[in-house]
Parts: sequence; structure tokens; C-alpha cells
Amino acid sequence: MSSIAVSASSAIGKTAAADTGVPVRIAVRNLNFYYGDFRSLKDISLDFYDRQVTALIGPSGCGKSTLLRTFNRIYSLYPEQRADGQILLDGQNVLSPSIDVNELRARVGMVFQKPTPFPMSIYDNISFGIRLYEKLPKSELDGRVEEALRKAALWDEVKDKLRQSGMGLSGGQQQRLCIARTIAQRPEVILLDEPTSALDPISTGKIEELIEQLRSEFTIVIVTHNMQQAARISQFTAFMYLGELVEFGPTTKMFMNPSKKQTQDYITGRFG
Amino acid sequence: MVALSQERVVSRMTSSVRRSTQPNFDRLFRWASLGSALLVLLVLAGIIGAMIYGGWPAFREFGFGFITSSVWNVNEDQYGAWVAIVGTLSTALIALVIGVPLSLGIAIFLTQFCPPWLKRPVATVIELLAAVPSIIYGMWGLFVFAPLFAQYIQVPVSSVVEGMPIVGTILYARTPSGVGVLTAGIILSFMIIPFIASITRDILDQIPSVLRESAYGIGCTTWEVVRNVLLPQAGVSIIGAIMLGLGRALGETMAVTFVIGNANRLSGSIFDPGSTIASRIANEFNEAIGLQLNALMALGCILFLVTFVVLVLARLLISRVKTA
Amino acid sequence: MDTALHKTMAEAPAPWGRVRRSRYIADQALKVICTLFTLIGAAVLGWILLMLLVEGIGGLSADVFTQTTPGPGSTGGGIANALVGSLILTFLGIVVATPIGVLAGTYLAEYGKSSKLAEVIRFVNDILLAAPSILIGLFVYMLMVQPMGGYSGWAGGVALAIIAVPVIVRTTEDMLRLVPGSLREAGAALGAPMSTVIIKISWKAARAGMVTGVLLATARIAGETAPLLFTALNNNFWFNANLMGGVANLPVMIYQFALSPYENWRELAWAGALIITLSILALSVVARLLLRKDKVR
Repeated sequence: MSSIAVSASSAIGKTAAADTGVPVRIAVRNLNFYYGDFRSLKDISLDFYDRQVTALIGPSGCGKSTLLRTFNRIYSLYPEQRADGQILLDGQNVLSPSIDVNELRARVGMVFQKPTPFPMSIYDNISFGIRLYEKLPKSELDGRVEEALRKAALWDEVKDKLRQSGMGLSGGQQQRLCIARTIAQRPEVILLDEPTSALDPISTGKIEELIEQLRSEFTIVIVTHNMQQAARISQFTAFMYLGELVEFGPTTKMFMNPSKKQTQDYITGRFG
Repeated sequence: MVALSQERVVSRMTSSVRRSTQPNFDRLFRWASLGSALLVLLVLAGIIGAMIYGGWPAFREFGFGFITSSVWNVNEDQYGAWVAIVGTLSTALIALVIGVPLSLGIAIFLTQFCPPWLKRPVATVIELLAAVPSIIYGMWGLFVFAPLFAQYIQVPVSSVVEGMPIVGTILYARTPSGVGVLTAGIILSFMIIPFIASITRDILDQIPSVLRESAYGIGCTTWEVVRNVLLPQAGVSIIGAIMLGLGRALGETMAVTFVIGNANRLSGSIFDPGSTIASRIANEFNEAIGLQLNALMALGCILFLVTFVVLVLARLLISRVKTA
Repeated sequence: MDTALHKTMAEAPAPWGRVRRSRYIADQALKVICTLFTLIGAAVLGWILLMLLVEGIGGLSADVFTQTTPGPGSTGGGIANALVGSLILTFLGIVVATPIGVLAGTYLAEYGKSSKLAEVIRFVNDILLAAPSILIGLFVYMLMVQPMGGYSGWAGGVALAIIAVPVIVRTTEDMLRLVPGSLREAGAALGAPMSTVIIKISWKAARAGMVTGVLLATARIAGETAPLLFTALNNNFWFNANLMGGVANLPVMIYQFALSPYENWRELAWAGALIITLSILALSVVARLLLRKDKVR
């Protein structure tokens, strides 16, 4: 497996470098996904570039969330769901049974559609994930919590109530807490599954700003229903339809001058 | 759920609507429904009234001493509830100590580990534990469990702890017959499993799957998800489920009557026979006359009070999370 | 190839293999313990059934179903009077409880809904659902046995009815709430009075669930012993036609015979225990299957 993986990834690395000058972080190769007997992803091959925001767009049920959920194998919680093909994270196939899924999920963080604060204090919401993987002295842990909250632009709002329950925050704050919780683990990749769909416009603006800033450190993949959002925050966009990848390219090109008619129809709002 | 399609029902109805246009029936039906619902309240009021009315002579005769006295002497007409109260509380406590971990384990198995095709059969088997009549648990406890318990637990444990401080008292069986407070507690623990386990399972199932996913999403193992996220999230409603089990354990009658040994004496050992409020009532009520009858009613009154408080708490705790 | 691999791996900021072994040990332990506990629960049920089969099947004979319970010390005999007595008491309980329970459940689901009164009744019903059955026995003793001057099948039936009502109220309400409001509106739009809408639409749609509730209530009261001790009692004869005086019934018969010194009494107790438990378990399973079939449809 590793030899295939390496050759594939280095090959992609070269093409990517040739096209854009940015190294590839995740390389998806011939990915198929099944809900029971239903094949919901069809032979997807796609690259995600290091420290770039890639947006997955397409009508409901097109498979964009399904694709996102394969990167940290969260689908494997459900026995009837399975994937085949390759997802190479730094050259290693994360679909391989030898990969430790728990560790994979610490390296590939995920933020969900609805804010999901854990039933514990704000501080513990952040420190919980760190303590799973690192044994740190208290002072260092405090520092990491602060750092994560600052990066998530939440520190100033919660620094005086770190011991209070995370469930007491507003929806937008809760979602930033979930982002802070994810980045506190220092993942390599952050997956965002329609992170603003349950939020008001002001909170959405804050999260978008935040994603912009996080790009300097993390490779980000975002599923969004909102075309303007994809255009605002992503560098690359992939358009999916009926489980297939229709078109992938730099966001500016995708929105200004898509090469496929289907993409153009979707972006201009003619269907979906 | 709904077998009939809307159109079929409606078309069938148009013919019957004209026939039953008597407004009287409509009013009658409404009042009958309300009356039946009010009957539920009346039953509870009746139980409270009957207990207080029946027990009143005993409370008047012995005053507060009825609760604190451990004398229960039919010949001298002296009655105190203390032994039965202690027996009731200690068997129920033992039932919880054993039954709660078992129930939570089963609920976690059903919601987290059980393969989908096995879920229904396993859940049914656990729920059927509640369908087995209490008297059958009593027979199983007395004729099957108690002899084994005496031979393999009571005798060896007693010989080990004999003479030791504290445990030498609590876990020493003077006559290792297998019946006693601990046996009753163990049988009760099996009887409350279906109640605690099925409610806990429902509560865990109600937790949004996205919360579970996000806990797995930061790299938690199942144990960490259950311990740090699911159980705290279920929180007080699990305590409510436990209280419901406690309510069952406190009032359970026949199974306990079979295996507790029905002793009127207070003992420091949980291997020794004892009695509970319910078992004493079941044993003595049919032969009781005069003040003894009132004393048994007064015992019933105390049992009602305790279970009522426990069940009210249970109901409040369970519903609070459901609506949240 | 190997060097290439090392190069890609080196780029990863954190090496794999950071997970502490203790975390997996705890996780495996949880899985093993939960599975074990579930097996214990299932084993208890299995053990009880096995015990009943081993002890009870030998006692089953034609006599069991045709002879009355024998007097102390006499030989032979059956449990025919207790069987029939139990059927009558259970039937009586269900006949009294069903209309009350269904109407009360209907009130909660269709009329009261979330009004204060409905909330209180719902609350009290839940309390009664879990209240110790022995207290209901004491209540009916005070209510009927004392005033009427003796034990009677009527008192036994009422005690069982009081236990059955909360079960039926609860399931009726739950099932009626599952009926979509659009069905009711369609009926009301035709100008049908509320009672007609409820009877012709809501009840019809929720029928299977309501039957399940009655079956579960039957299973619940069929094995009840404590409330019958003080109401119907038990004896070794056929009951009077007017159901006054003690009425033989299985649970109390089992209780008295199982703890007796007579060999044939104990044998009859086991036979009775086997019959009653298998009937109740069968009833419970049928009730569940009925509901499931309807859900799938």
C-alpha cells in the first residue's frame, strides 16, 4: 500500500506544483462510498492543497457531506456505511484498516452543522481533546486553552467564565467554541460541515473571518450550501452532482469561467 | 403507524357524519373522557385517604414512636415500624448498588455496541424481565438461588470474615440458609433492571447523533464518549430512571416475601433474615385484627409516602430533560 | 521508494502512534463489561424459564386442568378452579379498566392536551403506573372488602383494574399522539363533531397500538399476587356464582402452595407457575409483535 501511496502522492504533488505551486495535503483516489447497497460517491479523485480552503458545493444529496465524512472516517460509526478507494493524507491511506481511527480524528478535526458543545465547562470543552493525546502540566494546558480560544476569536468573550458550562453560550459562540476545541488539538486538516447553516448573519460573518485567519496554519475543507460563502472564503472549489465530481478548480475560475455547463447552471442558480 | 389512507377515511366518514349528528352524544363523550381522566386522580386520592384512615389508630396510639420503635409484638399489641423500614431501605439500596451498574451496562451495550440486527431481540429479552411475575422471582430466589448462594457465598464468606471488625458483623451468617436481606436485594436488583435499562436506553437514543459524532470527531474512544459526553448529557434523567427503579424496589412484595426470611428482629448482618414493609403486610395482613391491622395500614402509609416522594422525583427528573 | 516514504512521513507535524495503550484497555474493558452485563440479564430470564420447565413440566397432567385444588394432606388434585378463577379476575379487571383507560387516555391526547389539568392527570397516572401494587390491595380492602363484609372476586377484579388503568391510559395517549393532526383536520373540515372525529379517525388509526396497551395491561395484571391477597384471597373450591367470598386464583394459589409442606401442593404450584409465566410472556411478545407489524405497515 505504501508504495502506491507514495508514488501517487508524489505524482500529484508534482502536477499540483506545476499547476499552482502549492503542495497537496490530501489526495483522494477512486473513492467510492456505499450506504448499504446504494453507491453515493462514484469514483471520486481530487486533491486538497496545503493551507488552502477548499469548498465542496452542490445540491442537497450530491455527496459533498459524505465525501467530507470519509476524511476522518466518522462514517464508520454506522455499520452499513463503507468506503473503498484511497484517501492519502500525507501519503498515508486513511482508509487502510491499519490506521488508528481515533488518532486520525485527532489529526483531522471536524466541525459540524450544529454547534455541539460537550456537557462540561468551557475550559474542559477545549482541554478535553488535548488531554486525550498529550499529558501536559497545568500551566501549559492553560496556555493551550487560551491559545485555542484566541485563535477562535472567542477569548475576550469567555475569559472570565471559563468554568461555566459551554451550553450557556450563544449559538455563534458555541460554534466558535467547537472550532477552538478542534484547533486546540493542533490538527493538520480541519473539516467544516456547513458550519454556519444554523447561525445568524453576524455570527456567520465572524466564523468566515475566522476561517480566513486559520488558513495560514491549517488545510481546510468546507461543505457549504451558500455559493457566496464559497466564493468569499475558499481558494479552491469542487462542484459535485449525484455523487460525482463535476468540476474542480481555483474558486475564481469556477465562479467566473466554469468549464462545464452544469457548474455554470448551478452557480447561477438555474438548478439545485 | 397510520394504516388508513387519508382519503379512504374521509370518504368513509362522509356517510357516517350525517348519521351521528346528535350533539348530545358529542357532549356525553366529552364528559365521559373527562370523568375517566378524573377517576385517575380519584384513585390516588383514595389510596392516600385509605392509608391515613386505616393507619390513623396506630399513629395515634404510638405517636412518633411508631416509626422509631423496633418492637413488633403481636401478643402484647406493641408495634413499631423501624425494623421494616430499615429492611425496606437496605434491600432497596442493595438492589440499586447491584442493579444500576447492570442496567447502565445493558443500556450502553444496546445503544453503542449491539449490532443492529441483534438490538430488537436483546431489548425484548431485557424487557421481558419485567413481565415475569414477581412471585416467580420469589420461587426462583427461594428454591434455586438461595441454596446456591448459601453454599457458595454465605458459608465461605462467613468463615473468612468471622471475628473481623465490621465486615465480621455485616457479612457473617449465623445460619447460612441463603435467605436474608442480601438475597432479597440481589433478586430485587434483577427485577429493576428492565425499568432502569430501557429508560436509560431511550434517553441515550434521544441524544442527537451529531453530539456523539463530534465526540468521536476529536478522537475519543467509545468509553470516553460514553463517560465524558453521553452520560453527562443524559445527566439527571438517568438519575430519574434510577429513582424509578428505586420506587419499584421499595414496594416490591412477593419476591421479597419469599426470600427475606421474615424476621422481626434487627440484625447487623445483611446475610441474616429481615423484613420489609411490603413483606410484613403480605405476611400478616390476612390474620391481623384490631390494632395490628391498623399498624399494618400505618406501615402501608409510610411505604406510600416514601415511594410517592421517590416516584415524584423520578418523574420530574425524567421529564425535565425530555422537554429541554 | 523507502526514502520517498520517509520524506513524506517527515513532513507530518506529529508522528502517528500517540494514543496511550491505557485508553484502549479502558475502551475494551467497557465493551466486555457491557456485553457481560447484558448476558447476565439474559441469563436470569433463561435460568428462570429453565427452572420452570424442569420443575413444572413433570406436574402437568390432565388432572391439573380438570380437578380442583386438593385440601391439605390429600393426594392428587389439579388447579382448574384457580385457572378459571384467574381468567375471570383478569377478565373482570380488563373489562372495567379498558373503557376507563381508553377514555382517560383519549381525554389527555384529544381534549386536555397540555392544559394544567391534563398535566396533573398525566403526572398522577405515571405515579400510579409505578406505585406498589400491595398498596392498591390495601386500598381496595378498605374500599370494598371491609364495607362488604368479606373477600370477593369483585374486589379482586377492581384491584386488578386499578393496576391496569394507568397502563392503558399511557399507551392510549401515546398512540393517539402519533396520529397526524392532518387526519383529524380532514375529518373536522367535513363538519364532523369532535367525538366522531376521535372515534372514526383517531381510534381507528391508533387501533393496533391501543390493543397492544390492553394486552400489556392484561399481561401486567395476570401475574399480580399482592393485591389479590387482601381482596379475592384464594381457596380450594370452585367459586360462588356471585363471586362473593374467596375466589381461587393462580398467583395466590402458587404463593400458598409453594411454601406449603405438602409435596403435591408444591408440585401443583410449579405447574401453575409454568402455565402462568409462559402465558404472560407469550402475551407480552404478541403485544410487541402487533405493534411492530403495524409500525412497518
